[in-house]
Amino acid sequence: MAKFKGAVVVNEKNCKGCELCVKACPCDVLALDANEVNDRGYHYALMRNPEACIGCGSCAMVCPDACIEVYKVKLEN
Amino acid sequence: MDINEIIKPENCVYHRPKLLNDVHMHYCPGCSHGVVHKLIAEVLEEIGQEETAIGVAPVGCAVFAYNYIDIDWIEAAHGRAPAIATAVKRLMPDKLVFTYQGDGDLAAIGTCETIHAANRGENIAIIFINNAIYGMTGGQMAPTTLLGMKTATTPYGRRADLNGYPLKIGDLVAQLDGTCYVTRQSVHTPAAVRKAKAAIKKAFENSLAKKGTSFVEIVSTCNSGWKLTPAQSNEWMVQNMFAKYPIGDLKNV
Repeated sequence: MAKFKGAVVVNEKNCKGCELCVKACPCDVLALDANEVNDRGYHYALMRNPEACIGCGSCAMVCPDACIEVYKVKLEN
Repeated sequence: MDINEIIKPENCVYHRPKLLNDVHMHYCPGCSHGVVHKLIAEVLEEIGQEETAIGVAPVGCAVFAYNYIDIDWIEAAHGRAPAIATAVKRLMPDKLVFTYQGDGDLAAIGTCETIHAANRGENIAIIFINNAIYGMTGGQMAPTTLLGMKTATTPYGRRADLNGYPLKIGDLVAQLDGTCYVTRQSVHTPAAVRKAKAAIKKAFENSLAKKGTSFVEIVSTCNSGWKLTPAQSNEWMVQNMFAKYPIGDLKNV
């Protein structure tokens, strides 16, 4: 079976830290930054576990502020 | 593989729709409005109707919808969006005309306009965000509020003997001969988001094909009004809202 490797880019400026992407991720990749906040005072989402990302796009689909971009590559065997 | 090798334009599989303006939305964190705005922008791009779409914005939390989606908009008086949309569609029959309304707008003050526009079979699409509460004004009871649900104006829970019963306006509209497509969706999981997107696409295509009124109800959350976190709101919605407002097509002709 082909394997995929993914990565997401979160627009930190627009993220409101609602944590819906963290709950939607099937691979437990995302987390809210526990220390840093953006201009509006929200803890924004970031890739805590980037190795596990498969680029499924679940996080981006449920993001209410459309601040997640998803990238995906097919791994050669 | 290094992450910088993955993050290249040719590998992008999901990005912000171009029709969404690059501005900060005023919605609370986790609000369903943002997801539905995104879906509308994606669908309009997919069916290539960016230039022909005319939206009618409501009064309520979504009052600034015209700032967020880069198409033509009209702002209606409270509840009167279907009446405005009727006029627009009759004057410009080839445009894709849709309204975007919440439950305080569509199911309370605008019940008359909604039912009569649907009964006349106006060729418009109605996007209805049902979060069972008045969000913008501070979480008061709406006609759609569930029995026993605590709001600012029903602090001990909604009582049937005092406040009446929740209004299932989707079921009401489905009874009318003028409607061609009535569905109830939600946007709490990726799978639900995909289905809601397909429903919005179908409603927009019906408007263009002049098949009658399409009505897409999105059962949504209002985490500020419900006093829960966004994730808890989704759970509460699944446990309580879906019993009264079950997901699925109510009418599809």
